[in-house]
Amino acid sequence: MTRLQFRIALVLLLMFALVPPLGALFEQPFLSYFFARIMILGIAAVSLDLILGFGGMVSFGHAVYLGVGAYAVGVLSHHGIDNGFIQFPVAVLASGLAALAIGAMSIRTSGVYFIMITLAFAQMLYFLGISLEEYGGDDGMAINRSEFGGLIDLWDPMQFYYLVFGLLALFTYLAHRIVHSRFGMVLQGTRSNEQRMRAIGFPTYRYRVAAFTIAGVMCGVAGALLANWNEFVSPDYMHWTRSGEILIMVILGGIGTLVGALLGATGFLLLEEYLPDLMDLGAQGWGEHWMLLFGPLLILVVLFGRGGLYALLTRWAIRHG
Amino acid sequence: MAELALSVSGLRKSFGGLRATDNLDLDVEQGELHAVIGPNGAGKTTLISQLAGELNPDGGRIIFEGRDVTRLPAHRRSALGLARSFQITSVFRSLSALDNVAMAVQAHDGHSFRFWAQARRQPGLRGPALAALDQVGLAGRAEAVAAELSHGEQRQLEIAMALATRPRLLLLDEPTAGMGPDESGRMVELLQSLKQSHTIVLIEHDMDVIFQLADRITVLVYGRAIATGAPDQIRRNDVVRQAYLGEEHSEVPADA
Repeated sequence: MTRLQFRIALVLLLMFALVPPLGALFEQPFLSYFFARIMILGIAAVSLDLILGFGGMVSFGHAVYLGVGAYAVGVLSHHGIDNGFIQFPVAVLASGLAALAIGAMSIRTSGVYFIMITLAFAQMLYFLGISLEEYGGDDGMAINRSEFGGLIDLWDPMQFYYLVFGLLALFTYLAHRIVHSRFGMVLQGTRSNEQRMRAIGFPTYRYRVAAFTIAGVMCGVAGALLANWNEFVSPDYMHWTRSGEILIMVILGGIGTLVGALLGATGFLLLEEYLPDLMDLGAQGWGEHWMLLFGPLLILVVLFGRGGLYALLTRWAIRHG
Repeated sequence: MAELALSVSGLRKSFGGLRATDNLDLDVEQGELHAVIGPNGAGKTTLISQLAGELNPDGGRIIFEGRDVTRLPAHRRSALGLARSFQITSVFRSLSALDNVAMAVQAHDGHSFRFWAQARRQPGLRGPALAALDQVGLAGRAEAVAAELSHGEQRQLEIAMALATRPRLLLLDEPTAGMGPDESGRMVELLQSLKQSHTIVLIEHDMDVIFQLADRITVLVYGRAIATGAPDQIRRNDVVRQAYLGEEHSEVPADA
């Protein structure tokens, strides 16, 4: 990691860490509630960047692992098992298996076909969720937060917040290590030139499936956290627009930078939250048309901010020492 | 007769109605440099791709050092010691020259399900990679990004990547493709030195290069091997002259 990249990551994490005390200071408890959500989807975005940015796999169904992780928690909770030490490992296992199965089939294809097949699998599980009457069908179901035997109390907003914070930091660092490990080099080489990778002796398929599975597990944990944060699970977690949002976060932040995925998640959700209010300041009633501004804004960043927010930030940092 | 490094018999490959490889036999002896020549569309690259395991033949057998590899995938053949270079430069463009070669070293250093230690800090990968770069004369450009290397340097990098897999047989697909006379001359020198230590199958358009380097030559026309022999025999062979060499052997089209 370059020093600049390291510093940006550090500043961003420091910012996340300071949100709860600042929220308390200015009596804005909503802030830490909101930023917990940003960090959870940040984990999802980092996991997608791992396979998209470094493996060249444009998964258009990444939200499905959010759903699988969330339903693992939800279904267990529905049956009276609130123990987080059971729920989270089950979420890891379930999302890992889902990613392994979907990856094993999708990675035999490439290009547009890969995009379409990952989308198709995600929609399949989305409709499966809708068909599960026992678990609320398309209405979803309310659930209790996970219990960790008194070790961590998720009902305490502070503890929940810093648990998410810790996991975000852990997963981002983990992804960083993976990217530069031998495994990560194989992933990057395969993105760049798969034919050459095979010619020099790599069975590329199994490495790609493994990476896809790792990303699925990370995103599954984010799903388990999101279910807790919402105290609610529904098929909407897996809807294709949600997959699209995670994809946009990665692109907005800067593909293949990991830290950029966090910037993208933050930028995306901040805009989504505050753009309507800002527009209402301009003229009452404009706020409900916020998407009219949001769309072009995203397109501008993608077109002119080559490399996304991360690149904009590094350019700015270099210019200002 | 020396032990055979490679023995191809009855190899067939068609694309639609086109017979790219037509009942081809080819023996490569241990330690020789065996050149494969032929006009455009003779099926030379198709042959290399089948030998390397990227294309499945429709029929026939490929025996590498006594072992039938006809149905083995490319990565398994690489593990056995078959290495190829590409006619159209095929490197990892966004990575440094050293990274490119280190990748090839890594491919033959156990499995790569290692997720923690940083690959760029491992002397076990960097050392041999640097040695391979040095062998092709690229040591001074180790940190340069592959995409920024000159065409000639990229061709050298191609060779270095193949060498880094410590091959027992090198399949070189037009290593001098697109090179000027100077670069081409350096590549011939490199091939001369590789010839001392490696068995090589060389595809080449440049007849001067071929006649300087080859121990034996096989002539391919329309996917068939119409002649095999020492350079002098090939030069004098009437069938070859008619089919390919023309009146003067240097009048061969030099395009890819």
